[in-house]
Amino acid sequence: MSLDLIQLSYLVSAICFIFALKGLSSPKEARIGNFIGIFGMIVALAVTMQLPNFAHKTSILITAIGGGIIGIFIARKIAMTAMPQLVAGFHSFVGLAAVLASYSALIAPENFGIVTDEGLKFSALIEMSLGAAIGGITFSGSSIAWAKLQGVMKSNSLKFAGQHYFCLVLGIVLVTLTIFFVREQSFLLFNLVVILSLLLGVLLIMPIGGADMPVIVSMLNSYSGWAAAGIGFTIHNNLLIITGALVGSSGAILSYVMCKAMHRSLFNVIFGAFAAVNSDINNSISKTEKIAKISSPEDAAHMLKNSSSVILVPGYGMAVAQSQHAIREMTSILEAEGINVRFAIHPVAGRMPGHMNVLLAESNIDYDKVLELEEINHDFAKTDIALVIGANDVTNPAAKNDPHSPIYGMPILDVEHARHVLFIKRSMAAGYAGIENELFYRDNTLMLFGDAKKVIEEIIKFLNEN
Amino acid sequence: MNQLPVIIKQAQRLTSDSDSLVQNLKDLLINNTTVTVNEVNPIIGELTIFLLACFVGYYVIWKVTPALHTPLMSITNAISSIIIIGSMIAASSINFNLSNILGYIAVFFASVNIFGGFVVTQRMLSMFKKK
Repeated sequence: MSLDLIQLSYLVSAICFIFALKGLSSPKEARIGNFIGIFGMIVALAVTMQLPNFAHKTSILITAIGGGIIGIFIARKIAMTAMPQLVAGFHSFVGLAAVLASYSALIAPENFGIVTDEGLKFSALIEMSLGAAIGGITFSGSSIAWAKLQGVMKSNSLKFAGQHYFCLVLGIVLVTLTIFFVREQSFLLFNLVVILSLLLGVLLIMPIGGADMPVIVSMLNSYSGWAAAGIGFTIHNNLLIITGALVGSSGAILSYVMCKAMHRSLFNVIFGAFAAVNSDINNSISKTEKIAKISSPEDAAHMLKNSSSVILVPGYGMAVAQSQHAIREMTSILEAEGINVRFAIHPVAGRMPGHMNVLLAESNIDYDKVLELEEINHDFAKTDIALVIGANDVTNPAAKNDPHSPIYGMPILDVEHARHVLFIKRSMAAGYAGIENELFYRDNTLMLFGDAKKVIEEIIKFLNEN
Repeated sequence: MNQLPVIIKQAQRLTSDSDSLVQNLKDLLINNTTVTVNEVNPIIGELTIFLLACFVGYYVIWKVTPALHTPLMSITNAISSIIIIGSMIAASSINFNLSNILGYIAVFFASVNIFGGFVVTQRMLSMFKKK
């Protein structure tokens, strides 16, 4: 196969990838898009093996198939609630591959045609260290994110005073080392660049947790793209550059969407871990003697049955309790009674973008009934019951009324406008942001305490009884 | 015999012609090398492709419905593992050394990602159905 033909095939792959992403504009096209993406990948891999001087074909193919079998196994077994950690884990592999590829390019540059009479090309050295550094941060950062989402590591572990300044210094040292590496071409300096970027990834992600996770997962998604592009520049491969740019901008847009949904800047999410400490003080002051009305599943079932429209607001609590299937069952019963049941999804509900949508889709809920914040927010005023399941901050009116609140300015779901608000929560504890929700104490609010799945199963029991 | 001076003359001309031809070829060669030196660094072309792809990504991703943001992440995960091409080239060189071994390891992890990413995306997308 001629090199021209190989390059043209890479272009075909790149276009396939663009169509695969474009397909995600609607669920129907998305399935076809995924197949186009798979086709593009097969083309890319097949023509790469036709490159001149491509030896060890069989063993490389066996390695790829071995990895593939494991990949397919994981993808088929994983629970939908575990999707955030799966994505984080997969990001770390892209980072690892980037680091390894840049090492290969440094050890044997002749394989990639980036060597001149005077040693490695200047530009190649820059691109190589860039690919390795971004790859390193992606690898270690995603590993930490995986460990946190998986629950192996505590959400807020390893925080020390001046951590952010330390990271800043580390970043400056990293850049300086990169410059020295480009001048000296020393293997030792390259190792240091990689080690420092790994350390930086760990320190950046360590203090972040909880509801900030969607931003971090999207950000690492973006990094994995930039790392691929960096390697693309190193080995002069347009397909890697194009794909890296697509993925990089995708992750960047997702991070932006998530940040906007929390009314925070990306800088604030990454470096704002200290703000959480301060808000605890506000909390204790505002705590006055207020009483929340506690309800029972029986009352809730009665209320639901006598309503004509219900909006369910799921949050991370739904995922934790794995209650999506029970919710589906309850929805069917209510719908059979002629009640209009819909779902309202806040952009940052859950631990990754679109987390709630996937869980509801898994439990067979029609995606036309699952609406985004802007689509449904005006309808709360016309709704009998807003049932909030394991969500808190995204419904807190303090975001609109209290300029001193840490979440002030964040777009929220206006559940307060519904005639009745039912909260299913494990306890009275404040949400992730550490702020109390005044909604709990309103006259039209009823609290149901307990595990979301158990509470809903109780409600179903009473719905069936009457 | 009187043709001999003519032949000699022609032979002389031939020699001088060929000399100038060699000279011209040399010039051509030098000119060519100067052209290569003056040629645009390939990184400019790559940067162009990169930035244009960023724009394509920007417009395509904004069209993605928020309901499919999780499948978006898993599919971008799968396609960013295109980095496997770099690892495959590293693993494929004939004189086997450390570079190959690193290549093999990277091929393994990247293919976990490619297959896993596409399969899990398919699994999620198949759940998004209209009732």
